[in-house]
Amino acid sequence: MLIKLSGGTVYDPAAGIAGQQQDIYIQDGRIINAPAEATPDKDYDLKGKVVMSGAIDMHTHIGGGKGNIARTLLPEDHRADPVERTHICRSGCGHAMPSTFVTGYRYAEMGYTAGFEPALLPINARQAHMEMGDIPILDKGGYVMLGSDDYLLRMLTAKQDQKAINDYVAWTINSAKAIGVKVVNPGGINAFKFNQRKLDLDEQNSHYGVTPREILRVLATAVKELGVSHPLHVHGCNLGVPGNVQTTLDTIQGIGGLPMHLTHIQFHSYGTEGDFKFSSGAAQIAEAVNKNKNITIDVGQILFGQTVTASGDSMRQHANHKHASPNKWVTMDIECDAGCGVVPFKYRDQNFVNALQWAIGLETFLLVDDPWRIFLTTDHPNGAPFTSYPHLIRLLMDKSFRNDMLATIHPEAQKMTTLASIDREYSLQEIAIMTRAGAAKLIGLKDRGGLSAGNWADITVYTDNPNREQMFEKPDYVFKDGQLVVVDGKVIATPWGTTHTVKPDFDPSVEKGLKDYFDRYLTMKVGNFKISDDEITDDGRGSVTVHPLV
Amino acid sequence: MTEITEVPSPFCGIGTDDLSIQVDGLSLKVTANGCAVNTPLFEQAITDTSPRVGGKEASLEAAVAKAAELLRNTKLPVIGGCATDVNGMRGLLALADHCGAVVDNMNFVGARNNFLALQDSGWMNTTLAEVKNRCDVLLVVGTDLEAFAPRFFERYLWTDAMFVEDSSQRQVIYLGKAPSGSASTSPNGNQAQVFECATADLPEVMAVLRALVKKQPIRSACVAGLAVADLQGIADQLKAAKYGVVTWAAGALAYSQAELTVQTLSEMIKDINDQNTRCSGLPLAGKEGDQTANQVCGWTTGYPARTRFSRGYPEYDPFLNDSRTLLANGEADALVWVQAFNSQSVPPVTGLPTIVVGRSGMTFSQEPDVYIPVGTPGIDHAGHAFRMDNVVAIRLKKLRDSGLPSTADVLNAIEHAL
Repeated sequence: MLIKLSGGTVYDPAAGIAGQQQDIYIQDGRIINAPAEATPDKDYDLKGKVVMSGAIDMHTHIGGGKGNIARTLLPEDHRADPVERTHICRSGCGHAMPSTFVTGYRYAEMGYTAGFEPALLPINARQAHMEMGDIPILDKGGYVMLGSDDYLLRMLTAKQDQKAINDYVAWTINSAKAIGVKVVNPGGINAFKFNQRKLDLDEQNSHYGVTPREILRVLATAVKELGVSHPLHVHGCNLGVPGNVQTTLDTIQGIGGLPMHLTHIQFHSYGTEGDFKFSSGAAQIAEAVNKNKNITIDVGQILFGQTVTASGDSMRQHANHKHASPNKWVTMDIECDAGCGVVPFKYRDQNFVNALQWAIGLETFLLVDDPWRIFLTTDHPNGAPFTSYPHLIRLLMDKSFRNDMLATIHPEAQKMTTLASIDREYSLQEIAIMTRAGAAKLIGLKDRGGLSAGNWADITVYTDNPNREQMFEKPDYVFKDGQLVVVDGKVIATPWGTTHTVKPDFDPSVEKGLKDYFDRYLTMKVGNFKISDDEITDDGRGSVTVHPLV
Repeated sequence: MTEITEVPSPFCGIGTDDLSIQVDGLSLKVTANGCAVNTPLFEQAITDTSPRVGGKEASLEAAVAKAAELLRNTKLPVIGGCATDVNGMRGLLALADHCGAVVDNMNFVGARNNFLALQDSGWMNTTLAEVKNRCDVLLVVGTDLEAFAPRFFERYLWTDAMFVEDSSQRQVIYLGKAPSGSASTSPNGNQAQVFECATADLPEVMAVLRALVKKQPIRSACVAGLAVADLQGIADQLKAAKYGVVTWAAGALAYSQAELTVQTLSEMIKDINDQNTRCSGLPLAGKEGDQTANQVCGWTTGYPARTRFSRGYPEYDPFLNDSRTLLANGEADALVWVQAFNSQSVPPVTGLPTIVVGRSGMTFSQEPDVYIPVGTPGIDHAGHAFRMDNVVAIRLKKLRDSGLPSTADVLNAIEHAL
């Protein structure tokens, strides 16, 4: 079937197209060049409409154990947002941590066609893939978590060389079916198991004598040397701690020019100035990001209201439990591999700290110059549920709306932010970079995130509307792999997306040491640990896409 | 004849995956690392291979069509058992969503003790590899651990550990129930300390233990027949441990409002973590797909596996959705029983139309309207099951070609036929 999208205003930063009127042709799921003489089977008149590729959420907690703990923990949150079954869609629940099916529907209904789970614990990767296997429409993938696993820390203590570490990292990426590598509170989750309650960048793990700085260096090096496109994805030390802006600046310096992605940087940009000893470090962070081209970030914007924080950072989540609202929380130590912590949060605009967190996130967005190196996230669900993205886009694109909102938050927080003096408004092209082309480039997705011929036809069509929240919350059309899946903001079809992975090479002899370690210390045979492709594909709904190395 | 090694078990809940099984046609023999729980469930012979409708052999298509017919105009069908693998639960939930059913896992009355505590105040828990490598004091509350999981001690305590210098020096303490055997005795002969009391007295005993952990004064010298000094000893050991672990089986706390006991011990664990050391909980479960049911229902609906779809969207109620109550009160109008692991576990007898999707070899006191024998995950087909600690899903292997359909095959077919 040949589909033609006629006369839309196209924003395709991957091809350098910024708001030009263009026709797009789709055949067999992909975008093709204008055929010489063929009559389209279906022609959509998109004159006056805005056309972008499908949006990609490069950091969203949509699969894995901590998310399911978060769901189980909050039945009252689901009760307020029941989702009825239709003749097309399954029933489920929404709000802070929606059910899997509803996650797929609601992302698609906002024009998103892919989401990436940033914290795939190697031992829990199987569950994460199974949950993501129940998310319709979206493509998905995950970054496998390393850095607090005892195997790596033993390697570092034993002074094993970078080559050995590369082999282990590559083996883990393959075993867990991941597309990147993440580190969370480097070594800190492990240190918490030894009863350490904080771990600074240069503080040693009490058992291994290894510091977060060393862990970051070897992992960032491994990711680069293996040719994995996505730079090491870093949730740094001291999340949420006033004064952690210095830790983050030191982390940027400490990586010595290696590619590094700092995630939900808002939570790592706090100073200690002012009457409340809590201040914005956004300007310093933005300056460092602007200067260091090896650094990319996503923001982890908070928005006001009830949500739940679900993180691999058991150490910091344990410390944060005193802020739990409602007052119930979970931490877990996990399989000599990682950990997790789940703490419900209610961000309040009349709470000084929450109000300033909101402003810090926005300052960061507005002070970082290069939209190819900053990404739009709320760290779903940690800063806010992903369903708040249209509101966030309006805050970025509409200065007067932003300032109206600013005028309503805690007055002392208003005094502590420079937000009112920042005139920048994001353009549609910049939004398209952050949420499409830039994200695809960062993750290394070939043939996604762009609208030129050869790309998969993941396409979103909006009605231009000066109220950007209304515009982005209800696209006219969404196509996934060329299939029309959303019309007027409602799902009309539910195909299954693919799972994006990379498969870096490793020396097979790495498995000898791992086999001995698994047999001696872990609770599973190494052969049973590795996830095979058929686990994702065998019920007919999933597929695995392997992307090239760089 | 072939031998398959490194076979994972879906039966014991503790994720043993080192079994060797000899396969001779359809017959299986556990040749290494069996136990009292796993071996009989692997070795059980296939008896029924054909579905039955009204007690008479029928084709799978006919049985599926009959099941769909029985469900088609129901108002509140109940799907009980829910003992199957991940794909089976996916099919089960799709069917329930389609026909507005109540989904109720057969072990939920026990699991509810944990869910109510979790949903009210949360907990700090751990997993089996952390126990194996870190645990220096293990407190077992109200549970005969080795009867629950015969190989627990061999696999996770009396074994090499990364962070416990001499694993035979680990301390084991039983509170409530005494152990039924000697698995908890360390390789060098150290016996577990046992403080027995009536199971029904555990709420009082745990309350005093938590108070002692928090350094609250206790005036009484004795509680439920136990010396307060002995409980003080337990509190002191937990606080002196580097990584204490408190374990319990929610189903073993078989008394009213046992969720408060789970809450007390979970809060006690949090208290210990505020006194400059580490301590974690380890809830025991994972049998007959109970964790699998709750996990899959969790991500599909947001709620654990006692959830109804009768209003077109999932509604969770840990009490009102109890299938036995719904059957007894005449609220339900059909019963689907799904049990792919255990042929001894048959549906409650009811006058309602009954469909059984069950392991081959079930015998019924009252023949169901439809019985479709299915393969067992991890024997007749590959699959996934969650271990007791919830984090770890094991990849179950197919060991033989029995031709039996999977739970998912059957439930998907019924849904499509509706």
